Amino acid sequence: MNSHLPHAASPRRLASLLAASFTLLVAAATVSAGALDESLRDLASPDSEIVERTLTQIGSRGDELAIPALEALCDGRLLAGPDGTLYFKAPRERTLRSAVTGAPVDPQPSGVREVEVNNQVRRLALPVLAQLKLKSSSESVRLAAAQELAERGSDEAAILLRTALDKEPSAKVRDFLTLALARFDLQSETAQRQMAGLRVANNLGTPSLKGEIGRLAAASNPNLEVRKEAGLVLEVIESRQRRIDMLGALFHGLSLGSILLLAALGLAVTFGLLGVINMAHGEMLMIGAYTTYAVQMAFEHWMPGALRFYLLAAVPLSFLSTFLAGVVLERTIIRFLYGRPLETLLATWGISLVLIQTVRLIFGAQNVAVANPTWLGGGVEIAHGLVLPYSRIAVIIFAIVVTIAVWALLQRTRLGLQVRAVTQNRSMAACLGIATTRIDMWMFGLGSGIAGLGGVALSQIGNVGPELGQTYIIDSFMVVVVGGVGRLAGSIVASLGLGLINEILEPFAGAVLGKITVLVMIILFIQRRPQGLFTLKGRIEA
Amino acid sequence: MFARIRHRLLRMHSPRAWMAVGIAAAVLLLLLPISNGLIPAKSAFHLPDYLVPLLGKFLCFGLAALAMDLVWGFAGILSLGHGLFFALGGYAIGMYLMRSIEGEGVYRSTLPDFMVFLDWKTLPWYWRGFDHFPYALAAALLGPALLAFLFGYLAFRSKIKGVYFSIVTQALTYAAMLLFFQNAAGFGGNNGMTDFKRILGYSLQAPSTRLALFMASGLALLLSYLSCRYIITSKLGRVVTAIRDAELKSRFCGYESTHYKLFIWTFSAILCALAGALYVPQVGIINPSEMQPSNSIEMAIWVAVGGRGSLSGAVLGAWIINGGKSWLTAVFPSAWLYVLGTLFIVVTLFLPKGVAGAWATLTRRWGK
Repeated sequence: MNSHLPHAASPRRLASLLAASFTLLVAAATVSAGALDESLRDLASPDSEIVERTLTQIGSRGDELAIPALEALCDGRLLAGPDGTLYFKAPRERTLRSAVTGAPVDPQPSGVREVEVNNQVRRLALPVLAQLKLKSSSESVRLAAAQELAERGSDEAAILLRTALDKEPSAKVRDFLTLALARFDLQSETAQRQMAGLRVANNLGTPSLKGEIGRLAAASNPNLEVRKEAGLVLEVIESRQRRIDMLGALFHGLSLGSILLLAALGLAVTFGLLGVINMAHGEMLMIGAYTTYAVQMAFEHWMPGALRFYLLAAVPLSFLSTFLAGVVLERTIIRFLYGRPLETLLATWGISLVLIQTVRLIFGAQNVAVANPTWLGGGVEIAHGLVLPYSRIAVIIFAIVVTIAVWALLQRTRLGLQVRAVTQNRSMAACLGIATTRIDMWMFGLGSGIAGLGGVALSQIGNVGPELGQTYIIDSFMVVVVGGVGRLAGSIVASLGLGLINEILEPFAGAVLGKITVLVMIILFIQRRPQGLFTLKGRIEA
Repeated sequence: MFARIRHRLLRMHSPRAWMAVGIAAAVLLLLLPISNGLIPAKSAFHLPDYLVPLLGKFLCFGLAALAMDLVWGFAGILSLGHGLFFALGGYAIGMYLMRSIEGEGVYRSTLPDFMVFLDWKTLPWYWRGFDHFPYALAAALLGPALLAFLFGYLAFRSKIKGVYFSIVTQALTYAAMLLFFQNAAGFGGNNGMTDFKRILGYSLQAPSTRLALFMASGLALLLSYLSCRYIITSKLGRVVTAIRDAELKSRFCGYESTHYKLFIWTFSAILCALAGALYVPQVGIINPSEMQPSNSIEMAIWVAVGGRGSLSGAVLGAWIINGGKSWLTAVFPSAWLYVLGTLFIVVTLFLPKGVAGAWATLTRRWGK
């Protein structure tokens, strides 16, 4: 009897403790556990009639707290102490837990025996358990129960699901229940239910029911009416699916185009203003991406608590590092090569080799892992099967913001005015007192900085490795060639266009052939418009 | 008649320069072959067998540099697509070499192994005829020539020049590389073609075959050098140089610049394809990585280091850089890209005329 006392007292003691330290809600749940305790004890009764009555009671009361105990009962994990207190053993755990509270018990009780369970009891307990779970206050538990029932596929399960659907508050679970019920109907043998299922499937329009509908639409189906209807529904679903795939491709193209846009914006600034082909521009993307990686590592090391905000620090730091890199390059090398574009091309290629090798020596030749911060993980599902990842949405928004900022800088500031003047007529601008060499330096830094921002964006949706820049440089040159020099609008239209065409061609021609087609199209395009889509009379043509 | 030929030859080179050409020819076609083939292995003057293909490779690079210098140094067109012509020439010969080991592959099939692997039953139409060497050689030279002609026609006609032209040639090469990486293209995909056994019936492993290939490369380099020299000292060469320096003015003088550029461009592509065709049997492999944009740009740096506008300088540049590459990648691999990158920068900044230009400046100073 001595050993009995602490166990009997423990729920109440725990309850008072919880009430003191946690919320009232938890306390209330634990207090109701006292009443539950009594009925649960009866589950261990050797009399199966008592057990059955208890199960019905629990089911009608709808007490969520009984779920672990019932689960344990069905799996044969329910144990009874010598005093009748119930425990269960959670899977892959050695310590026993109290069946009432679910908390581990300490010290371990002695003399426990397994509660015997026969198939009849199990048959009775399973629907009760499902019922309890379907009424659970947790959405995920309800969804899991619905999924389990849907898989079982019996008529009783269908009835349970149908009653649950009427009371279900969460749209997500309701959607699942509707889908599962439609599947039951489609799989049933009566034409009436099949037609009802088809109507629901038509409204839902998900591809997940295609298999069942396809079976009904098959020539082997003797019921002509159902067959015809199923054929129609199938067509609706398929056309909807095609639209969704197209939308997905469009979205991917848009995010790819955003990266290209960030890469090409900087290139357009340097090429348009200085007439300089910067082959190391791709490496600015790489530096931006690696700065992001370094910032992430620094956060992990020194302030892991703030890791989710590393991206916010990475944006300005990447801009700064690439801006500085650009300024240094311009001052030390590129300014001596103005007016010799082919030599600049070679020299900047050399710079890119040195940068690649340096990064390889510091960070290794393998790709490094840049993780999305938690708030960019996941995505929004705008239709069945079409999930737009937050990271890609963020990239698009980021590109828009940067583009607007660059546009504002060029069109609305004094520096921008001077830049445009130098672009149009360098010597006249110099005569008017504009310090053209300083403008050159700023703009080269700015162009590189924008590429660095592109690197941040890229690190969120693509691989980060030493050769990252090389894969984007040809594409971004194509953007500049197609878009023309010195016009933001040209770069925007061209990069988005190239991104979209790439993605749209991919399903038909495959990734590589799509790319080749695009390149051939560009070569033919410049036949017609050698100066690009949008032209500005500037230093290049002069 | 004889006097006219003599006059023309003297316009190509001064007597002293002719002497140098003669010495180079003697070294390439007599001295080195004798040193490899006739002098016993123990002698200090013996050229070891393993060096023969390496030197042969250098000769091919020199030939490619020559082609590059012709368009860039004399016509002012910086091509970033010469790697493509080089690789295409190599692929054509590679196809011949693949066909010549018909039935000796791993699968003992009449098709090349990679086609068996792809479960192809017949040879694709563009592989027909490659079992004949003359056809393969013609394809190796005329295929790239045709591509260069078409591309050049389109590009020069719409007045694409300068960096635009460079970028577009780079894009072309890149597209071709992606295409050749495809297994379905029928050129062996990633792995390309390798495991060649014999050329014209002679084993590729035999020292004598290697020596013959080396001598063929030497001869090709010499003849190409002379023909390039012939072109640039002709009237056509003068016009091309004039177009390089002032295209509009030469057009006003009545020279259709497009035609001149197109000729030089196509001829250069043929030379580069020849280099590729000689290269593949000596290294024993061809794959799409030869078309990497970086390879084409590296050719430009050979010319830049050697001296733009100096044919012998370009060849020399190719040898300097590749010699340095062979040595450094063996001794200190991670440094090579630094050296190459720095070379790109230093040469463009401080040695715009390359080694040849620096040499000319030095000799002129000593002469005074």
